[in-house]
Amino acid sequence: MNTDVRMEQRPVQVAYRKAGFLAVLGKNLAGAFRFLKNDPFSMTGAVIYLFFILIALFAPLLAPYDPHEMIKHNGKLAFNQPPSAEHWLGTTNMGRDIFSQLVYGAKPAMMVGLTAAFFVVVVGTLVGLFAGYYKGRVDGVLMRVTDIAFGIPFEPFVIVLVAFLGPSVWNIVLAMGLLLWRDTARVIRSQVLTVRERSFVEAAKISGASDLRILFVQVAPNILPLSFLYGSLAMGWAILTEAAVSFLGFGDPAMMSWGFMLNDAYASQALSREAYWWIIPPGIFIMLTVMAGFYIGRGSEEILYPRLKNQ
Amino acid sequence: MGNRSKFIWSRLAQMVLTLWIIATILFFIFRLMPGNPLVAYIDPTFTKEQQDILMAQFGLDKPLWMQYLIYLANLVQGELGDSFKFRAPVMEVIWGVLPNTLYLMLFSFVIAYLVGILGGVLLAWKRKTRFETIGIIATLFTRSAPQMWVGMIVLVIFSFHLNWFPSGGASATGVVYASEWEKLTSLSFLKHLFLPSLTAAIYLMGLPLLLMRSNMLDVMGESYVEVARMRGLSEQRIMLKYAARNAALPVVTAMAVGIGYALGGNVVIEMVFSWPGLGRLLVNAVSASDYALAQGAFILSAAVMVIMNFVADILYSFLDPRVTFGKGR
Repeated sequence: MNTDVRMEQRPVQVAYRKAGFLAVLGKNLAGAFRFLKNDPFSMTGAVIYLFFILIALFAPLLAPYDPHEMIKHNGKLAFNQPPSAEHWLGTTNMGRDIFSQLVYGAKPAMMVGLTAAFFVVVVGTLVGLFAGYYKGRVDGVLMRVTDIAFGIPFEPFVIVLVAFLGPSVWNIVLAMGLLLWRDTARVIRSQVLTVRERSFVEAAKISGASDLRILFVQVAPNILPLSFLYGSLAMGWAILTEAAVSFLGFGDPAMMSWGFMLNDAYASQALSREAYWWIIPPGIFIMLTVMAGFYIGRGSEEILYPRLKNQ
Repeated sequence: MGNRSKFIWSRLAQMVLTLWIIATILFFIFRLMPGNPLVAYIDPTFTKEQQDILMAQFGLDKPLWMQYLIYLANLVQGELGDSFKFRAPVMEVIWGVLPNTLYLMLFSFVIAYLVGILGGVLLAWKRKTRFETIGIIATLFTRSAPQMWVGMIVLVIFSFHLNWFPSGGASATGVVYASEWEKLTSLSFLKHLFLPSLTAAIYLMGLPLLLMRSNMLDVMGESYVEVARMRGLSEQRIMLKYAARNAALPVVTAMAVGIGYALGGNVVIEMVFSWPGLGRLLVNAVSASDYALAQGAFILSAAVMVIMNFVADILYSFLDPRVTFGKGR
């Protein structure tokens, strides 16, 4: 609701009409950076994300051990150890270093979050743009497809699909991408329905611009902020879902993810041993990245001011 | 009324179409799977002939389009085939666990919407105070926390440390209830139900809470609230009688959609608490390659979601007079 208002106040002015898509996009991106600088929420989100991206990139340097290594002290397996100077967060029941696992877990989370957001922004925006601009039959077909996507239960769908396609991070992203665009498409469509009635679109039509040109040069830049907002929401949902899928045992076995750590802790009775140092950190990290995703595009606003209907 | 009934009929037709397409997608997903759908059923020692007999029994020797038509016809009659693992009709297996999923969902929704609506009123009432800031941040945390993690922490504290509640399942070992009613009224069952419901509610309450808060803030700017204030009514009376009542309407519709999603989406919580419900059934069926069962559980959750979306749309059209029924708006 608030975002819409803010967007209305920032129409692409007629002066930029001839400047073309790139210029308008550049203008918007510059605006986005200024926005980031002036907005503590977005800034916090971006900083947290950057922090985790750096951790993901430099994981081999930061982690004291290999996350899969079964550590032995004096020939004896160092399993189920509480936190110590050597193992900051203790070890698992197989003698693996929990802190190192935590560091390595940043990679799948960031990969999933960023690619899912990209998927959602691209697919959701395109569907919404075409449906809203062409209306009529195109709209009818695209919105029926969206309705169907809304009728499919998200988590079960991802589980079933990943179970078929095989457990890999990319399959999880694909399965999520197949459904997550649905909210974006609906919202973008309704936004396009109002933008296309504006005078600068009318002017472009009269001056003989083609439909595609109007769509991508005149209309698209105006709805991009909304796309980014939904992309940032998708980042959060995607990280949460990847964690859940890994927790359920359908995750990528080649990757050490936070969801898998929770699965491991759960399966090896860390709960009854009250091993808080094993259980709590992965959850905190998941929570932080999810929140950062929400904050970056002001997605938190969408959560804080929920609308009844995305129409 | 003419417009509305037309709207309802067209939404109904749309719902049937959606269900049909979902069923079709599902058919192809499960047919395109690597390997034979009977792979879990066929013993490697079976001879080729025995395998062929089985294939014929399950109709897998027929061409794909015929299998598809048979599948649709069966589906319409509520016939979902047999579970390989349980050696029983899928419908029977699903009916066995469905009540548990319903109890979990209803109980968590009652907690979530009671706390959420009251919390939302409170936050709107105490707007621009530190209480509101802390409340909002806390709510954002509940929306970002992974459910299995919340469940695990709840388990460590209330089950393993304090020993107040059982750590999983829906009943103590060996207990068999004579009827659903007896089960529902037994203290042991309610104790088993509490922790999973609490975990689900912690996540669910964020939506009604924030929705209620923002609706309250909207409503509080309306003229009738101003008038009430000018009439010198107490703040408490204005909040509860004027603002909250009107702000609560949309929360009801949100609940209809939420229930649909919760039925399909409580997979993780059911796994953490070993709660014998639909979500856990689905995960176990997928893990055990019990395709008929997985397909049945999936299609049922999808049907519930589509139907609840339909119900929400209809409810919404009654609650909000601004909804128009025209095409293309």
